[in-house]
Amino acid sequence: MTEFTPWLSLAGGGLIGLAAVLLMAFHGRIAGMTGILSGLVPPFSNDWGWRAAFLVGAIAAPALVVISSGYAIPFESPTPAPWLIVGGLVVGVGVYLGSGCTSGHGVCGMARLSPRSIVATLTFMAFTALTVFIIRHLIGGF
Amino acid sequence: MARILSALAIGLVFGAGIALSGMANPAKVLNFFDFFGTWDPSLAFVMGGALIVTAIGYLFVLRRNAPVFDRLFHLPTRRDIDMPLVAGSAIFGIGWGITGFCPGGAIPALGLGHGDAWLFVGAMTAGIALARLARQTLATRASIRAA
Repeated sequence: MTEFTPWLSLAGGGLIGLAAVLLMAFHGRIAGMTGILSGLVPPFSNDWGWRAAFLVGAIAAPALVVISSGYAIPFESPTPAPWLIVGGLVVGVGVYLGSGCTSGHGVCGMARLSPRSIVATLTFMAFTALTVFIIRHLIGGF
Repeated sequence: MARILSALAIGLVFGAGIALSGMANPAKVLNFFDFFGTWDPSLAFVMGGALIVTAIGYLFVLRRNAPVFDRLFHLPTRRDIDMPLVAGSAIFGIGWGITGFCPGGAIPALGLGHGDAWLFVGAMTAGIALARLARQTLATRASIRAA
């Protein structure tokens, strides 16, 4: 069980949206983690500077939230290590082929009503739900 | 320098949003998709909040001629639905369902200091590199055949 957190989640979502708007306003870029990260996988893209800076900020933020507010950010990963590696590889291949993930397609693309992003988001949401159903209810979990 | 500091600050906002919303917590993400078990609808609020702010914000921002630090807005222009888009998204969904980590959730999760997030991000980065290598190899072969 995880606690239902509508207000915290809404506020967090609002911050994600704010970051997406700011990245477009200042850098003219879609705030999609797949696209940003792909430019940092060798061979590096020429504009790796802002990408690396965004990534450093994103990684530092949770620690700063914990230190400044004292709010212990809940984290629980129920997946065994071998499956984390398999799942990680699968996610990497999938988001590269599909040109985006939850942030790029699900937030930025959907907000622009891009048909490609709408199809992508509906597809990965459906397959995620199906995968969770199979793992938890058909084969009884890891 | 201003460009780099700006990206750093925006990354901080993004990471804070992910951390507070629960997107960096795989158990919470998996529970959102577990409608017939321990369902936690929180992530619908994350998506809702992010979409409302982005949709309204983009309306104002994209009315301008150019972003502050660039000559133009880098907006995807393709509108066709092709096989890589659908198949890639399906593959991503399978991996998200196995782990509860998506790229935007996993990167900020690195900052929480849990080994699981690092393991996932390492594998995911390798996946991106492999997929790109495969696509380039196929493209090179196709161009050799065509020549």
